[in-house]
Amino acid sequence: MNGILILEQMLNGLQFGLMLFLLAAGLTLVFGIMDMINLAHGSLYMVGAYLIASIAQATGSFWMGLGFGIIGSAVFGMLLEISVLRRLYQRDHLSQVLGTFAILLMANEGVRLIWGSQPLLLNAPAELAGPVEIVAGFYYPAYRLFIIGVGLLVAGLLYVLIAHTRIGMQVRAGASNREMALAMGANVPRLFTAIFGLGAALCAVAGGMLGPLLSVQVGMGESILILAFVVIVIGGIGSVRGALLGALIVGMVDTAGRTLVPLLFSALMGPVAAANAANTVASILIYVLMAAVLFFKPRGLFPTHG
Amino acid sequence: MANSQDTTAAPAQGLLDHPLRLRWSLPALAILCALPALAAWMGDEFYVGLASRILIFALAATSLNLILGFGGMVSFGHAAFVGIGAYSVAVLMQAGVMSAWVAWPSAMLISALVALIVGAISLRTQGVYFIMITLAFAQMLYYLVVSLRAYGGDDGMSLYQRSSLTGLDLGDDRTFYYLSLALLVATVVGVSRLLNARFGHVLQAIRENELRMTAIGFPVYRYKLTAFTLAGALAGLAGALLANHANFVSPALMQWSQSGVLMIMVILGGVGHLYGGVIGAIVFLVLEEFMSHYTIHWQLGLGFILLTVVLMAPNGITSLFRRKARA
Repeated sequence: MNGILILEQMLNGLQFGLMLFLLAAGLTLVFGIMDMINLAHGSLYMVGAYLIASIAQATGSFWMGLGFGIIGSAVFGMLLEISVLRRLYQRDHLSQVLGTFAILLMANEGVRLIWGSQPLLLNAPAELAGPVEIVAGFYYPAYRLFIIGVGLLVAGLLYVLIAHTRIGMQVRAGASNREMALAMGANVPRLFTAIFGLGAALCAVAGGMLGPLLSVQVGMGESILILAFVVIVIGGIGSVRGALLGALIVGMVDTAGRTLVPLLFSALMGPVAAANAANTVASILIYVLMAAVLFFKPRGLFPTHG
Repeated sequence: MANSQDTTAAPAQGLLDHPLRLRWSLPALAILCALPALAAWMGDEFYVGLASRILIFALAATSLNLILGFGGMVSFGHAAFVGIGAYSVAVLMQAGVMSAWVAWPSAMLISALVALIVGAISLRTQGVYFIMITLAFAQMLYYLVVSLRAYGGDDGMSLYQRSSLTGLDLGDDRTFYYLSLALLVATVVGVSRLLNARFGHVLQAIRENELRMTAIGFPVYRYKLTAFTLAGALAGLAGALLANHANFVSPALMQWSQSGVLMIMVILGGVGHLYGGVIGAIVFLVLEEFMSHYTIHWQLGLGFILLTVVLMAPNGITSLFRRKARA
């Protein structure tokens, strides 16, 4: 019984962590290479989820929605980069915060203008609706397994792209020493735009995957954006490997905290007193983790710069 | 006011000095003093409440500007200190403490204490990591308040009445407005005195070159922590006023986006300008109020204006005046 509970929580944590990784990967590259704080990254996630949900509704196919939604989001991300964000690279962090916060406001309101304020419904594909028996007597939703599979696949593809291609080499060079990479002629504006498109596409994948589990609504990007920032700070800004590890840690700790802490607390001090305290501890657990990591390793677990 | 005249008359006005600029700030103050009478004349008392809110946010933004603009510490969790100040008043009131003489200093003290602890840990990190760790602490405090069922949890908590202050009826919106104005003026004058004193000069020098100040032998960490704690205390005062203004407190006061809004006000007005926080708060909240009258999609317009400001006036609205003054 306990073993099954722990297995289930680990799978949930893995699934959430992988989705966080998709968001954090784009964020950490933009942050690491262009030294830019992008508060609008969560908006790409929201726009992706909305595109996927509405295309899926219109065509009746989850897969069509996913495919076209990802392409649409990538285009949206690249347009955003070309029109506004590239003007902010050379500016200080404060201007970037103000500029991308403005984009966040406009994206939220634009989505509300187009789709209305009611949450959108995105159903998981019918063929993945049922549960799967993993070990005897333990059933796990097929859709969540599918998310884990997609997350692992994308993480693998990203690894190949970053570690074994020429573009990836330029990206890594840019992350570890931007000025030098620029001086060597490695980075061109087109590379930046491409990274933005890639980041937006990854956001859309996460949005499309999580859409059936969480609701597709205005402001959905904000809370998850904070988590993505936590992830990249824990992992070390600019490091994709750090983002993966950070995402898995945050996913596991957050999920485990929400189920195991209440169990632990009610065993220690009885159910009534525990309910309150456990809730608090579970919600602040990852922030405590982040503060602790920064206290001991002020530049994250896998520092890239310098 | 005589002292500020001394500063303007001082022979060498350094880059690090921030005079009160009485030539145009006194007329602005006169307008603010006349505002309730104007509102009454126009028959719209609603604006007095709005103006009080703006003054309180101006106070909060000024406190953030003290560390952000003059100390170079980009704190992304300033709303937490505002929220703690507000909750201190609310919690004390529920315990039967009505007097503002007790509640407001307590709010400042508690906020300062929390800021001292948060700052002591956060100031070990730098740059982006500092931004993130202050955000992390603010989130911890936010979730802590959300889970306080005894004080309303997620839904917040209504207060029966405003705090009582001997001789003044704070329940009267005009009295409350004048009190907020007086506190804001006191804060701006105090911050100006602080900046023009040795402490402020050292703080700004640290912002310019921390390594050099360390090398010269200044206790950099202690200076920064002092400024951070002071800013926390002022934010706590703003929170106490905010709780009394609305007769309501809720965790929404401490949300990360609220910290973002305070930061936006400072950047909009002018980072490192004495009046940056005040001007930013006025412009932001007036825009919000004005546009929300015309369309429910006002955030689209607000975002557009903010983006234009970023692209056109890199150092905030006050930089436009400065450029004009130089030309």
